[in-house]
Amino acid sequence: MSELPGDLKYTEEHEWLRREEDGSVTVGITDHAQAALGDLVYVELPEVGQDVEAGGEMAVVESVKAASDVYAPVGGSVVAVNDELGDDPEKINADPYGDGWIVRLSPEAFDEAALLTPDAYQELLDKLDD
Amino acid sequence: MSRTTFYDKLIFDKSRDGRRAFAQSPADPGEVDLPAGFLRDAPPALPEVSELQVVRHFTRLSQKNFSIDTHFYPLGSCTMKYNPRACNTLALLPGFTGRHPYAPVEHGQGYLESMFELQEMLKAVTGMKAVSLTPMAGAQGELAGVAMIRAYHDARGDTERREIIVPDAAHGTNPATANMCGCVVREIPTGPEGDIDIDALAAALGPRTAGIMLTNPSTLGVFERRIQEVAELVHDAGGLLYYDGANLNAILGKVRPGDMDFDVIHMNLHKTFSTPHGGGGPGSGAVGVGDRLLPFLPIPLVKRVEREGEAHYAWSGEEDLPQSIGRLSGFMGNAGVNLRAYIYMRLVGREGMRRIGEYATLNANYLQARLREAGFELAFPTRRASHEFIVTLKHEARDFDLTAMDLAKALLDENYHAPTTYFPLLVPECLLIEPTETESKETLDGFVDAMIRIANQARQNGVRYKEAPYDMPVRRLDDVKAARQLDLRFEPEDPGTGEASAA
Repeated sequence: MSELPGDLKYTEEHEWLRREEDGSVTVGITDHAQAALGDLVYVELPEVGQDVEAGGEMAVVESVKAASDVYAPVGGSVVAVNDELGDDPEKINADPYGDGWIVRLSPEAFDEAALLTPDAYQELLDKLDD
Repeated sequence: MSRTTFYDKLIFDKSRDGRRAFAQSPADPGEVDLPAGFLRDAPPALPEVSELQVVRHFTRLSQKNFSIDTHFYPLGSCTMKYNPRACNTLALLPGFTGRHPYAPVEHGQGYLESMFELQEMLKAVTGMKAVSLTPMAGAQGELAGVAMIRAYHDARGDTERREIIVPDAAHGTNPATANMCGCVVREIPTGPEGDIDIDALAAALGPRTAGIMLTNPSTLGVFERRIQEVAELVHDAGGLLYYDGANLNAILGKVRPGDMDFDVIHMNLHKTFSTPHGGGGPGSGAVGVGDRLLPFLPIPLVKRVEREGEAHYAWSGEEDLPQSIGRLSGFMGNAGVNLRAYIYMRLVGREGMRRIGEYATLNANYLQARLREAGFELAFPTRRASHEFIVTLKHEARDFDLTAMDLAKALLDENYHAPTTYFPLLVPECLLIEPTETESKETLDGFVDAMIRIANQARQNGVRYKEAPYDMPVRRLDDVKAARQLDLRFEPEDPGTGEASAA
């Protein structure tokens, strides 16, 4: 059973987002995603200032099993990246919703309806688990 | 178990100053007429060992290996079948090994005739119009294939076609190839029974479509049932179809990519046509094409010309194919691998080719049926297996903490090479199992028994295999360290201690 904080939004591609007080959005991958990927060995981060499209590739996480794209759940520009993942990609395994955050975006628009609530994401996970 | 499996020396550990294999030493060259700037100041840091030490060292290392010569090797997607010894013996005839690539064609007519016949046999077995043997490996065959697709569109002035459609189940090499050829990858999803999502394909097609790359049967171990519909849709949209020959073993002698209307195919000759492989090379990635791509084939090919009523064989280069995508290697591919494939095909013959497809499929379906009966869950339970199939351990992982990796490692202790793990990525905790046509029923039964033993230990007795393998020369390897510290260089001498050390 993977952990699922109630104050976050989720995507079908297993990213999570948190709306920060300053209007920016922090993005990472979910506990389910890190468990499925296994031990992470490398994270490729975007440049600060780079523009990303909603649904476009934003970062790459590579584990002992696979390399996987992380998609931007909302469009906008990158205002911060988690540089510590360069030396310690395993932070994503250890704390996917905290120290393992990946990118902070300044969104051009924030369409909540296009994102999954914790319940909806849990439903998706249950379906995968059948 | 033999003590040799614990042998862990480096050849450098055996080295002693001044020790030499005299019988193997070249005669003293005397004065060397080279400018001083090109001469070494000190001898190279090579190990100094006797011939017998070398023989023992490498024989012992080889005894640590799992190989097709010693173990059942059901590594899905890799077709680890028996490589007949005769292929090797005949390819080593002095007439082949002594031939210099720059020798005049008159001196290599036997070799050229063999390669011409190989081209013809590959055409016949794939249903394509022409074959080039020049790609050095599967990846280069793919590169050649997509480069030809690009050249085709460009030659028609259709230069906007830069999108290559790839199903999400594809081999990772497919999107990589498309990328290397300057194309953009569009991924389409797979339906619940393992077929391509046709609606998603239709939606992805358009005036920017260069082509689609498909493996059939797919990496999911099932045959793409709507292939004719796929071919029509792609062709109607102006795109071409690329056949990734990775799984050709499944359909040999039964179905031909040319008849499925593919425009280009690469074949892994080292795999389907049985040259030892899996050690990083050498390979051969011959490409076959249909009518549309004929002018673009990589050169050289071998052609047959009549001369005074007799067949004569010669290279076919730019003069015959001015629109060719060019050369991919200095000469014509890996001659030794192509020769072994040629001999294999001659030994097997037309009837044998059909037997390969039939028995590869029969063995996979037998194994699939027995494992299902034993309680293993299939990823595509409604489908017949092709030459391989997928077992998912997602329930075992959740309920008994037995992951695909744990089972794979435990199988090593049972003296079976592990199936492919965690590929394709679509299926959680998966094992991709490919028995090949060259295994006996007894071997397959033994493998099923081992799978059942391990699973029962986990299900009934609570045994955890987190530390497996227990009886191998090395225990569970640290995958994270292997990926993050790619430090494989041997340091001949540590300046501090003067001792050799492995870095």
